[in-house]
Amino acid sequence: MTAVRVVLPGHLRTLARVTGEVRLDVAGPVTQRVVLDALEERFPVLRGTIRDRATGRRRAFIRFYACERDLSNDAPDTALPEPVTAGAEPFLVVGAMAGG
Amino acid sequence: MTRVRVLAGTRKGAFVLTSDGKREKWDVSGPHFGGWEIYHLKGSPADPGRLYASQSTGWFGQLIQRSDDGGATWNPVGNDFSYVGDPGTHLWYDGTPRPWEFKRIWHLEPSPGDPDTVYAGAEDAGLFKSSDGGATWRELTGLRLQDSAKGWQPGAGGMCLHTIILDPRHSGRMFTAISAAGAFRSDDDGETWRPVNRGLHSDGIPNPDAEVGHCVHHVEMHPSRPQTLFMQKHWDVMRSDDGAESWREVSGNLPTDFGFAIGVHAHEPETIYVVPIKSDGEHYPPEGKLRVYRSRSGGDEWEPLTSGLPQQDCYVNVLRDAMSVDTLDECGIYFGTTGGQVYVSADSGDSWAPIVRDLPAVLSVEAQVLP
Repeated sequence: MTAVRVVLPGHLRTLARVTGEVRLDVAGPVTQRVVLDALEERFPVLRGTIRDRATGRRRAFIRFYACERDLSNDAPDTALPEPVTAGAEPFLVVGAMAGG
Repeated sequence: MTRVRVLAGTRKGAFVLTSDGKREKWDVSGPHFGGWEIYHLKGSPADPGRLYASQSTGWFGQLIQRSDDGGATWNPVGNDFSYVGDPGTHLWYDGTPRPWEFKRIWHLEPSPGDPDTVYAGAEDAGLFKSSDGGATWRELTGLRLQDSAKGWQPGAGGMCLHTIILDPRHSGRMFTAISAAGAFRSDDDGETWRPVNRGLHSDGIPNPDAEVGHCVHHVEMHPSRPQTLFMQKHWDVMRSDDGAESWREVSGNLPTDFGFAIGVHAHEPETIYVVPIKSDGEHYPPEGKLRVYRSRSGGDEWEPLTSGLPQQDCYVNVLRDAMSVDTLDECGIYFGTTGGQVYVSADSGDSWAPIVRDLPAVLSVEAQVLP
């Protein structure tokens, strides 16, 4: 079991009723899909807000960053960077800078 | 003591405005869901404490919020609006086939008799129903799967199902309206549907009298006369007296018959209200004068209502779901603008006053009378 740190954008923290980082215990290889599945399992209200309900794909204005890298377009089953899997660095869910 | 609650959905959150029966002094609560687009929120006629709100953004998609205490607290409910089966295609702006894709909920229509039953109108056009207070949603596929749907095209604002009317007299009868497809009627609780656009004439489509393709902006009904419907089309104000089997134009002496919102007086089924907008290319009032027009004859003859409304340099719009009426003895009329004002008239439109002046752009207004 690994403790992964996840940082959500403000609107999603409000929906999930959390402040600060979220810590998720995940088992097995730590991938984008595994982290997001665990996140949605713990906070069902987030279903559909990060990944499209119908396609399961990342929503267009959501980005995933970690370790100063943009992981948004990585395949969902790609292993996340080691510092994320070790809990040293957070996995960032970011609302893209775009209008509004 | 009787109270009035006005629910305003805006580009950046929801606001709950409350007053006593005089409707002179108002309490303003909000923003709820600050930063989110609230296309519509509406209360259950069966339980005034039960409210539903459609919350969305381009970033985070669609949520539905429910309140059981009149808007004091809210909880997210279900947001799985999945089209059933292979969603098929409609026409895109360029005339090519485009797969149905869920974007947002434009309108929520609670059942008059059951607070847990509510209908939702979607973009891309689809009708959903919940019977468990919004926890789960089921598409009523008969609308999207009828023959004409493959030829529907979006209006400029998207291919949205924006109007849902539940006929209080005829069991199982419902009406919907879609931009830019037209009006549709079901007589079996939404299971099967047919277009009801005979009499509509739209110069912007290849066959102006086509069965579908009309950009209907909004439709209203007075509950005491469900055979009569009033429609603000892209251009033209229309009425039907046969349950939408046929329509006739009642634009009469309006300065322009383009507009979005239309309302019906709560106690006078032949008294109707529109807000004329200059044109499809200029979405603001003619001459910079914000005027509500009232007809006491069900159309054709209209009078401008200007007292208390800005009569110079006003260039706001009033969107399709942004007009409502209350049911107090002296009927209240409400509308919201893209400039962030919500106006009230406590005397059937004779005089107006702003409840609030500086909200984000108002998308929807719904009035409730509270016991």
